[in-house]
Amino acid sequence: MTNKLIPLIALCALGIGAQAAWAQAADTPAAAPASATADAAAAPAAPAAPVAAAEAPPAPTEPQLVTTDKISAGDTAWMLTSTALVLMMTIPGLALFYGGMVRKKNILATLMQSFAITCLVTLLWWIVGYSWAFTPGSRWLGGASRLLMHGMTFMKEDGKLTVSHLALTIPETVYAMFQLTFAIITPALIAGAFADRMKFSAMLLFMTLWSLLVYAPIAHWVWEPSGWLAVKGVLDYAGGTVVHINAGIAGLASCLVLGKRLGYGKVPMPPHNLTYTMIGASLLWVGWFGFNAGSAVAADGRAGMAMAATQIATAAAAMAWMFTEWLAKGKPSVLGIASGAVAGLVAITPASGFVGPSASVVIGIAAGVVCFFAATSLKKVLGYDDSLDAFGVHCIGGIVGALLTGVFASKEIAGVDGSVVTQLWGVGTTLIYGFAMSFVILKLIDMTIGLRVSEDQEREGLDIALHGESIE
Amino acid sequence: MKLVTAIIKPFKLDDVRRALSELGVTGMTVTEVRGFGRQRGHTEVYRGAEYTVEFVPKTRIEVAVPDPLLDQVIDAVMQTGRTGKVGDGKIFVTELVTVVRIRTGEKDASAI
Repeated sequence: MTNKLIPLIALCALGIGAQAAWAQAADTPAAAPASATADAAAAPAAPAAPVAAAEAPPAPTEPQLVTTDKISAGDTAWMLTSTALVLMMTIPGLALFYGGMVRKKNILATLMQSFAITCLVTLLWWIVGYSWAFTPGSRWLGGASRLLMHGMTFMKEDGKLTVSHLALTIPETVYAMFQLTFAIITPALIAGAFADRMKFSAMLLFMTLWSLLVYAPIAHWVWEPSGWLAVKGVLDYAGGTVVHINAGIAGLASCLVLGKRLGYGKVPMPPHNLTYTMIGASLLWVGWFGFNAGSAVAADGRAGMAMAATQIATAAAAMAWMFTEWLAKGKPSVLGIASGAVAGLVAITPASGFVGPSASVVIGIAAGVVCFFAATSLKKVLGYDDSLDAFGVHCIGGIVGALLTGVFASKEIAGVDGSVVTQLWGVGTTLIYGFAMSFVILKLIDMTIGLRVSEDQEREGLDIALHGESIE
Repeated sequence: MKLVTAIIKPFKLDDVRRALSELGVTGMTVTEVRGFGRQRGHTEVYRGAEYTVEFVPKTRIEVAVPDPLLDQVIDAVMQTGRTGKVGDGKIFVTELVTVVRIRTGEKDASAI
């Protein structure tokens, strides 16, 4: 009994703190409207705030050539760092996070998925992904002006280089690489749903098609100022819809199309090494500063605010999951606190840069509790085998974050007000388009080269069956 | 000669080894094993999925001893390997027919 008393009290305390934060968050927007307009003018073309950019003098609408003195050394240094941090989230962060959760016979295959996706998406991004996502074209898809990154340049002699219209103070090369790391981690996240049973060849084909037909368009809709969801005013600071809901719903589609793992529910499938998972979760957390604070595309006050929101929401979510699990299942687990932290990181992703520290506590707690039930109860009730909870953590956490961004977005910080209804457009579109396209791509692959390994291969383990290697 | 096979709690291994060395035992074989006895298994929960672990990790020690040393070896393992709780393990004693040292070809008592 006393064993349950501690988490219960702690959870109540978190809840009370959150209520106070809620009240405080409701008060703040009116506090300093003057600084909001100043911010909006000082930071033209912030990536996820097209509305703010509209006030500034004619903002550029496409990548352009500028002289090198337009580049900010501080912004560029931070964005180079952020790019490295976000790449680290996938390799080795996510690879280890997932690798520790699978059975020992599948760890190499799981690590391999993250690594191979990193290579594959990099090349796709060079070929067409960047152009489709981040150049102006139609409302539905970017143009072809940066095919093979053609025209993206730095000319030492002339003292000129290109910048993206979404990031005027850093070289376009840095912006393209920064966005690439997002394009890498998104498909890598999906792998958590189909772990242990997809053919490697089918995985490569799926990721190629998904990256071009799902990720690039949605990134364009939400983040490129001419995209139709951006025009609608959907707020997504660092990728709640584009990255997390998108990856999560594709995960749900893939575990539905693939079916359950052999012996699911009958044979024990405990994680084989939670040490790896803990290291992975920690690397994800550290890397997420590049993800969220980097999405300011500047070394400025908004980046600092995004960093604070990220740290605080993550801690709140990790504690919320841990205490909820303590109450519901009797023990606070390592996997639980790590999963809670990731849920918090996911949920604060769209909100960071729009909300203050107090609102991030509320978002964190909501994400921790809701994702706990999504990963434990919802999965059981609906009966799908989302092996590592890509849907339960990323899609559900992403939805929580995207909607609460509408509630808490502060004009003082962001220069724009949020609206839950507008956010629903972003969430709904991503869910429907993401699910439908993923489902169709997967079915097509299943009908042609086949999606799933044979039963023998699955029993033997993907490490040996697919890669001819194993660990002791 | 007897072969003493002791199944003990893994964290007791160092204590047991030290006690046996003090008795003059000059070699042993140690294996990480899994099994169950009265302790049975335990339950693990990962994201709400409960797994019953039927086999508990234990350490198996095998020592070949000359007959006069047998009782002392059994006592030493009992005293150092014991926590008093269920799951302390067991000691099996079996007859040992022959021992050969591979390097020299020595046999039995001189090979132990």
